[in-house]
Amino acid sequence: MSSPTTTPANGSEPIIKVTDLKIAFGSKTQATPVVHGVDFEIHAGECLAIVGESGSGKSVTARTLIGLTGANAVIQAQTLQLQGKDLRRNSDRAWRKVRGAGIGYVLQDALVSLDPLRPIGREIADSLRIHTNLSPAARTAKVLGLLEAVGIPDPEQRINQRSGELSGGLRQRALIAAAIALDPALLIADEPTTALDATVQQQILDLLAERKAAGTSLLLISHDLAVVGQLADRIAVMRRGEIVETGPTARVLGSPRHEYTQRLLRAVPTDKPRGTRLAPAGAGISVRQHALIGADRAADATRDHTGPVLVAESLRKTYRNPDGTPRVAVHDVSFALTRGQTLGIVGESGSGKSTVARMALGLAIPDAGEVRLLGNPWSTLPEKQRRPQRKHITSIYQDPLGSFDPQWDVARILSDALPDSGSLSRSERRDEVIRLLETVGLDASVESRLPLRLSGGQRQRIAIARALAPGPDVIICDEPVSALDVSIQAQVLDLLDELQREFKLSYLFISHDLGVVQHVSDEIVVMEAGLVVEAGRTSEVFANPAEDYTKKLLAAAPRLNTTLTGGIA
Amino acid sequence: MSLDTDNRTTSHSIAAPATRDTEARARLKTVLRLTGFRILGAAGVLWAVATLAFFAMRLVPGDPVDALLGGPGNNATEEVRQATRELNGLDRPLLVQYGSYLGKLVTGDLGDSYQLREPVAQVLGEQLGNTLVLAVLALATAWVLALALALWSARGGKVATLVGNLLEVVSAAVPHFWLGSLLILVFSVSLQWLPATSGAPGIEGLILPVLTLAIPLAGFLGQVMRESMLTAMNSPFAISSRARGESEASLSLRHALRHAALPGIGLSGWAMGSLISGAVVVETVFARPGIGRTLLQSVLVRDVPVVLGVVVLVAAIYIIVTLLSDLAERWADPRLRAA
Repeated sequence: MSSPTTTPANGSEPIIKVTDLKIAFGSKTQATPVVHGVDFEIHAGECLAIVGESGSGKSVTARTLIGLTGANAVIQAQTLQLQGKDLRRNSDRAWRKVRGAGIGYVLQDALVSLDPLRPIGREIADSLRIHTNLSPAARTAKVLGLLEAVGIPDPEQRINQRSGELSGGLRQRALIAAAIALDPALLIADEPTTALDATVQQQILDLLAERKAAGTSLLLISHDLAVVGQLADRIAVMRRGEIVETGPTARVLGSPRHEYTQRLLRAVPTDKPRGTRLAPAGAGISVRQHALIGADRAADATRDHTGPVLVAESLRKTYRNPDGTPRVAVHDVSFALTRGQTLGIVGESGSGKSTVARMALGLAIPDAGEVRLLGNPWSTLPEKQRRPQRKHITSIYQDPLGSFDPQWDVARILSDALPDSGSLSRSERRDEVIRLLETVGLDASVESRLPLRLSGGQRQRIAIARALAPGPDVIICDEPVSALDVSIQAQVLDLLDELQREFKLSYLFISHDLGVVQHVSDEIVVMEAGLVVEAGRTSEVFANPAEDYTKKLLAAAPRLNTTLTGGIA
Repeated sequence: MSLDTDNRTTSHSIAAPATRDTEARARLKTVLRLTGFRILGAAGVLWAVATLAFFAMRLVPGDPVDALLGGPGNNATEEVRQATRELNGLDRPLLVQYGSYLGKLVTGDLGDSYQLREPVAQVLGEQLGNTLVLAVLALATAWVLALALALWSARGGKVATLVGNLLEVVSAAVPHFWLGSLLILVFSVSLQWLPATSGAPGIEGLILPVLTLAIPLAGFLGQVMRESMLTAMNSPFAISSRARGESEASLSLRHALRHAALPGIGLSGWAMGSLISGAVVVETVFARPGIGRTLLQSVLVRDVPVVLGVVVLVAAIYIIVTLLSDLAERWADPRLRAA
């Protein structure tokens, strides 16, 4: 693709200019191409966002701009210029002069991108030490100024702290401070807000917007269209190593021309009513019309229970810190989950939502209060009596890989989860596994694969199949789509929705992502610091938040403001 | 008290020093509490070691009276043997002997050597220095060798990694007696550069024994260090650092080296213990005086008080060194302090 990237007509030299950039990995003779010729340029004070899903080549492209593509990379380009200077024949030494001084780079994974053994002041001062002749005292003074500039409170104290003592938001600020220490002409931010809470995310976006206003050019790499929409002047949509569409932000988000862009936009769950399909039909295979053995068996007395399937009453849970001081994770949480409905729990990290999930599953026992399942005691039972009932409540987690035995193939993972699997014959078990796979839209051939060999979306489908296997009434979904690309996320959310209607499932859906929760939940509970701040019908809470915290949370959630008419059929 | 008044006067004007004081105090409290547990644990370990060694020595066939009478094969009559037994309290019931042994141990009295007729504390005191010099030098040498090997092979390409790995595995697997003999053959017998025995004072006699102890340990430490060095060099913070313009050499010295050293520090307590047990062999091979050789000789002649003394002393050293290495680890890794 070589569609011209239109730029503000100021006629000046672009800060960075890339034409026909090709990247491949491997040797010269046997290379696997990952980027097939992309063009873009960024002018002073402008922000270009490259948007794409994992594997699209966006991060590799960004890293190539600072010569850190990686070992075995073969790079070809017609133009690769920083402020008019050709970067293509750079020696290692010349690259080191570009990095930090000409181009600042904020790496993905804010949480682990600072050396845990060194104070952040030293990390930030590194840029100054490498590129300037400032004395150590002058460097410290400059670092204090930088910490102040990126909005880190108490710079004098923070400068000596290490990343382990800082929150995610402060770590990201420190990384940005390090990247802008020498006021580089271009700042690259690779997924700068992923892994951050919504309110913190907004602060980081504001900080980047400030830099842009100060004249720094920005290259933003992200999978999140809503984040990009806030900051970018122009968007380049990347798929499988090609830029499929590029244009001004309002135009790309408002009337996307390329089919892939339209699909990406449709996959965003925010503001889409419950039950709306997010993925095009056919992308996710729809649920087959046959009941599972497990579901048949569970058709006993419990199915006739009419009241709420899962009830939590004034739950409280306290943990102990390593030094013995108590830490209250959940103060007082109550909710009731109705059959066939979804109750969403939202909150930022540390709000206690995962502790609530553990208590609902009977994996953590509340210090006070009670969980009742299908009208019967649950959290108060001894584990021995709880175990036969566990088939009624199952779970899906964010990271399915961590919850699978890596040595087990899919068939073994699933048959292990079948109820009374001992009483089934070998062929019956196999039939069950195949039926489960079909139910979650997977081909029967994956049964012999190991989880490591599956894609993220396939793994999450296996996790769902495993959660379905015992024929449950309730499934606890703890951040089930947070690690997935937006289009895969759309398919998984669609699948969960279909399964819910088919099997009258009830979901307790825990997420930090307001857009996802809004899309899937009938009712919603907003948690902060172990307390329920607000609860009610999802539509009402989102339309008229009563509490300040909810308002703050809603305001911070990036959304696609642009009217999404036109291109989306 | 003084901290309290300080806080009160400044609490409103400046908040930071106050929180810092509380933090420092909380940290001190944690350290003191942990140290308290460690001291209790150490006492328990010492008691268990002393008890085990005491009864183990009784289970071994042979009669300690032989040691008192000049070693096995003496021609003492049964009357003399009996008199010697009574004189040294060996005729009392076993539990009574154990009780009196423990009682003396608590006051620091290790008893008298049967063979040398002098206090065990004195015998060990004369030998301890020799062994400690050997062990500490070996530990330091192993560290230098391991870090050098890790730095070189982690920064080099595939070949360097392979060679480094091979060197580490081979040296970690080599037994002391074989390596010691080999070094003597090469450097003393063939090349005649260094003395084969190490009895005389002077640095030359130390080189071969130190190397014999250090090389296998270096192979072991090197493997662990290279692993964490590679992890550090490939971690996101290393990429961040490169993106600031850091060179590879500077990156490995400023960042990776420290990460590589961490597991080494943690293992050093264990390493000291293994070095002292290695000293038994090395001191024998090189005919070098020290705790190890004393232990071997005492076991052979059943000089019970000396054996027990060595066992308790080595256990105490091991405990102290482990404590030191834990403290060093906490100092080097701020993440452990935060917890």
